[in-house]
Amino acid sequence: MLLFEIIAVAMAAVRANILRSVLTTLGIVIGVGAVITMVALGEGAQQRVEKQINLMGTTVLTIRPGQQFSFGVSRGDAQMSVEDAEALKAGTSGLLKVSPELQSRLQVAYLRWNSNNQMMGVWPEYFEIYNLGLSAGRFFDEGELNGRRRVAVLGHAVPGQLGETPGELMIGQTIQLRGIPFEVVGVLEEKGDAAFFRPDEQIFVPQSTAQFRVMGGRDRLNAIYAATATTAELDRAFGEIDRIMRREHRLQPGAEADFNIRNSADLLATFNETNETFTMLLAGIAGVSLLVGGIGIMNIMLVSVTERTREIGIRKALGATKAAIMTQFLVEALFLCVLGGLLGVGLGYGAAALMTRVAQWDTVVAPSAVVIALVFSAGIGLFFGIWPARRAAILNPIDALRYE
Amino acid sequence: MSELIIRTQGLTKHYVLGSETVKAVRGVDLEIEEGEFVAIMGPSGSGKSTFMNMIGCLDTPTAGEYWLDGQKVSDLSDDQLARVRNGKIGFVFQTFNLLPRATALHNVELPLIYAGVGSKERRRRAQEKLELVGLADRMDHKPPEMSGGQRQRVAVARALVNEPALLLADEPTGNLDSVTSADLMKQLGDLNKAGQTIVLVTHEHDIAEHARRQVHLKDGVIERDFENKPVEAAV
Ligand SMILES: Nc1ncnc2c1ncn2[C@@H]1O[C@H](COP(=O)(O)OP(=O)(O)OP(=O)(O)O)[C@@H](O)[C@H]1O
Ligand SMILES: [Mg+2]
Repeated sequence: MLLFEIIAVAMAAVRANILRSVLTTLGIVIGVGAVITMVALGEGAQQRVEKQINLMGTTVLTIRPGQQFSFGVSRGDAQMSVEDAEALKAGTSGLLKVSPELQSRLQVAYLRWNSNNQMMGVWPEYFEIYNLGLSAGRFFDEGELNGRRRVAVLGHAVPGQLGETPGELMIGQTIQLRGIPFEVVGVLEEKGDAAFFRPDEQIFVPQSTAQFRVMGGRDRLNAIYAATATTAELDRAFGEIDRIMRREHRLQPGAEADFNIRNSADLLATFNETNETFTMLLAGIAGVSLLVGGIGIMNIMLVSVTERTREIGIRKALGATKAAIMTQFLVEALFLCVLGGLLGVGLGYGAAALMTRVAQWDTVVAPSAVVIALVFSAGIGLFFGIWPARRAAILNPIDALRYE
Repeated sequence: MSELIIRTQGLTKHYVLGSETVKAVRGVDLEIEEGEFVAIMGPSGSGKSTFMNMIGCLDTPTAGEYWLDGQKVSDLSDDQLARVRNGKIGFVFQTFNLLPRATALHNVELPLIYAGVGSKERRRRAQEKLELVGLADRMDHKPPEMSGGQRQRVAVARALVNEPALLLADEPTGNLDSVTSADLMKQLGDLNKAGQTIVLVTHEHDIAEHARRQVHLKDGVIERDFENKPVEAAV
């Protein structure tokens, strides 16, 4: 009953000073909005990475050249050759599908069109490892690999870059890779964009063809890819690869490996780690702005107490108790903070949506972030409202009335 | 034999200002019975307001004792005093002390809000008092839209709305012209005739004439205390 009246009184005070109330709330609105947006960005980035890793395949192991050491001193980047890939294939048959990757960015010509693309020299297994599908034509096969045939499978976006938009029209056509004619035998399905794996704009040719006919015999591999059938086999595959690679590279037992093996989960973990740090940092900064917003509220409440000292005096003279006065000011502060919090949540949603639309950043507004932001802003209202409220409540009525 | 509304014994108020102590009220013994109309007079600085604030429970005495309506209030806590002010006292200030942003009606309702009276009942009682002071047509006006006399009448309605045992007024006519003052005093006289105990501070003799008893303060003590000659003829 009385509480209801006091709330009404507090609301009347908010209404009587709309501009001041709005300005007071602004700090909280911006603070909460910033927290929600930042967390949404972090969450969105995380989900995007997870999606990408799934796209890449969770059973893929990537072997990359590492540092080469002799007597503990680095001698620069180690090399990985096609023999390594062949040894892996021979030594783990049944367990692993293996493909080397020779990479070269080169000029691609088709009729009067030119484009600059990445040529990937791979084995036919590559398409299975990454679970790539065809939208037209076929993959190249083992025979074409062994025969160093000039055949190419185009990423989904390549026909468009070469002016011939529908992929199937490219089948059987001849394109020039660094001036060397290749027959297009297949066009891939769209795969989408996955961080360091973007097959849509790549051109796949047999590794042997790439090595001997385009790159002048150079067989320095960018990476070797291997995939198991199930994730359960990953650990065993890891051990096997390590053993075979050490043997091939003639490393002493216990010596530092000159290659490294990563699986998608590792990549995910590293990514998440940096991403989490980043999110925490952003949320921290946003949290500081929320705190500043809270101090703003306290400041305004204090000014309000001073400004309304006479009012407090009148109310006390007419019988308002300490609790009544304190409740009135607390309700006012709480109301402003919660209102600010709600508006901030709206702002956060809006900003996140805008970032997704304008900058194409993935954002996910987590319900937990909304709840935490709201509880936090209510907490700020309480925390920063109590002191001014107490100051108002303990004023002696006669002193308050005398205040000019 | 009427009941005592006010009984003070050695009521004292000192103000400490740095190294100096101002002895505003220096031991006042006073008894006021139910139904009395008392004017407190005295030169400026004689301690009238200080004394009134203490009997209005707005301020606490430095020493001495004070019984209000049979209850000893000189050693009550802040919140207990708030309840006494709310239930037993109506105070009319020289400067009106109305909430400028609230309507006359809401201003009059205020004491009832803190008494926990329901909104319908509150409204009814506030309207009744505003009608009593002749402001039936000004209920929804805010103080800045009213004349000084009207504001003071709102203040009187507010002081009366909780049916106080004691109506106090500290120079209620101090900011009013003589015609409006006379109106207000007539109103207070009528209230008193209806049984309302009233104590008012003034330093104008013609105002004090409206009361039935005069208490003169000087330097914080009672200098004279006497019954007025019947004033009916004079009005
Ligand atoms: N809050 C205060 N702090 C210090 N001294 C005060 C305070 N209030 C009043 N006094 C002093 O106490 C004395 C009595 O003041 P009080 O206001 O009671 O006088 P008064 O009789 O009401 O005078 P007036 O007729 O001018 O209103 C004065 O000397 C005044 O200076
Ligand atoms: Mg005075």
